[in-house]
Amino acid sequence: MAELRLEPVDAGYQLIGDLTLAAIAPVWLASRQINWQSQLVDLSQVGHCDGAGAAFLFELGQSGAQLRNLNAETQRLLTALDPQQALLLSPQKSRNKPITQIGHLTRSAVRDFAAQITFIGEAASALAQVIVRPQRLRWREFLRQCELTGANALPIISLISLLLGIILAFQSAIPMRQFGAEMFVANLLGLSLVRELGPLITAIVLAGRSGAAFAAEIGTMKVNEEINALVTFGYQPMHFLVLPRLLAGVCMLPLLAIWSQAIGMLGGALVMQGFGIPLATFWSQLSSQVDAGDFFGGMLKAAAFGLVVASVGCFRGLGTGTGASAVGAATTRAVVNILVLLVITDGILAVVYYHLGW
Amino acid sequence: MSTVIEVRHLYCGWGSRTILEDVNFSVARGEVVTILGGSGCGKSTLLKHLIGLYPPRSGSIQVVGNELVGSDSKGREAILRKIGVMYQSGALFGSMSILDNITLPLTSFSQLDTKAIDTLARLKLRLVGLEEFADFYPNELSGGMQKRAAIARAMALDPQILFLDEPSAGLDPITSAELDRLIRRLAETQGVTMMVVTHELASIAAIADRAIMLDKSIKGILAIDTPAALAQSSDERVASFFNAQRPARAAV
Repeated sequence: MAELRLEPVDAGYQLIGDLTLAAIAPVWLASRQINWQSQLVDLSQVGHCDGAGAAFLFELGQSGAQLRNLNAETQRLLTALDPQQALLLSPQKSRNKPITQIGHLTRSAVRDFAAQITFIGEAASALAQVIVRPQRLRWREFLRQCELTGANALPIISLISLLLGIILAFQSAIPMRQFGAEMFVANLLGLSLVRELGPLITAIVLAGRSGAAFAAEIGTMKVNEEINALVTFGYQPMHFLVLPRLLAGVCMLPLLAIWSQAIGMLGGALVMQGFGIPLATFWSQLSSQVDAGDFFGGMLKAAAFGLVVASVGCFRGLGTGTGASAVGAATTRAVVNILVLLVITDGILAVVYYHLGW
Repeated sequence: MSTVIEVRHLYCGWGSRTILEDVNFSVARGEVVTILGGSGCGKSTLLKHLIGLYPPRSGSIQVVGNELVGSDSKGREAILRKIGVMYQSGALFGSMSILDNITLPLTSFSQLDTKAIDTLARLKLRLVGLEEFADFYPNELSGGMQKRAAIARAMALDPQILFLDEPSAGLDPITSAELDRLIRRLAETQGVTMMVVTHELASIAAIADRAIMLDKSIKGILAIDTPAALAQSSDERVASFFNAQRPARAAV
């Protein structure tokens, strides 16, 4: 049949053609310009009608048009739509005033903070129980998590640390050569890697690698009701899921940080060879600058970072809502929170170390 | 009555495993046909081949006059516009409201303006009895409501054929009987051809014009007939499926 047309006739309008989803768009748009109140619409020339056509007729009927000469198919489709009943529209979304929005945000932030405090408390109590009775820890799961967060991260940590050492040495060697002081690049490199950059870079890599993985894995378990299944068996998610990951984070991050420091210094030493400083000189400069205090300070920092990465990852995973998008949201929040908390932790530890004279 | 689905010499399988061998049947316009059989006999596999999700080993599948097997992307698209699918778990998009789930295909594949699309989508929800839940998210609805919303979404583009994969799976008998009534009503008022995968005897009796019974041992169709005729079948396997009266208490 030919294209759908809407034509004015003596007593009103006439529709000619097939009332189908593919054909109806222009006529539907044009119909908005017409006042349909008590207009007669003749449908005797309408051929095939589908759901979209019936919806169009429904709208005409609701605007007051009188439909005439419907064929059986069209009449049946229209009747199914209950044409006397007006459409139920969504309530207008009332937009909150800015002050109300600030209030809502503050309230949710405070609640979130309270939940974090609760989580820290629960984790600490679970840890205390495990210290008293070590057999309560799932050792096999702990070792598996150590492999996932620790051993499997070695390649990426190596690559980033090597490049970091090379870049750091190269960038500082050029200005220091102007003062003939390129020998002291070793001191600079050693101190910054051991005290600061080794732990921090490792923690940032693990935030993206393991923190996100914890949040996504636990979040998916939550969505699939696996967490509920654990709880009904009498397991506590804190013991079953969080503790092995938490301990793995705290144990593995310092080890990875040592590796990162070593590889970073190797990269620096390679660059300094290019500047004519032999390996032995590099090493003696390094050992004259960096002492055990610096090293253990760095390790303590790395352990704190490990705690942050693992606990926030697990916390956000456990707080996942429902649906596929909630897992994505939980993972995003985990990584963002970890990065912010890493910087804050770093700042606090810097102040503490300063006052302790480390 | 014209034929809308025509399957000839269809062979399906995964890897080295053949699941269906030499399947032949056709479905007429406006019919409600159920695909039934025990677990693992290839019901869902057959459905997924009919909607073009998986390519068959060989054979021919004609959907509304277009050949699906070996069709290019353009031919496939022409077929996809004419069919709607309701997946077993509903597969509603969780990040969108029920209404947005239905308007999504309409905004992409029709030339209608926003207001018309909104009207159309709300009327689809009215058809399945969910008009007042338009702004709810899928996870806020019960299982039965999600299934109904999924049917409304499958019908968004006014398909000629609707494929439903186990619509009553995971529902209580009362809700699944309601869903059966809805399916039958939609088939009769909207003139849609329906292919329904199910293994619920009550559903088959309530909705089916004809039933295709698959069987694992012969890797194909055991019988095609009306539910009443199948129940009287002389084939023991068919009869036992249809007359599987459950004892009041299962024998141990």
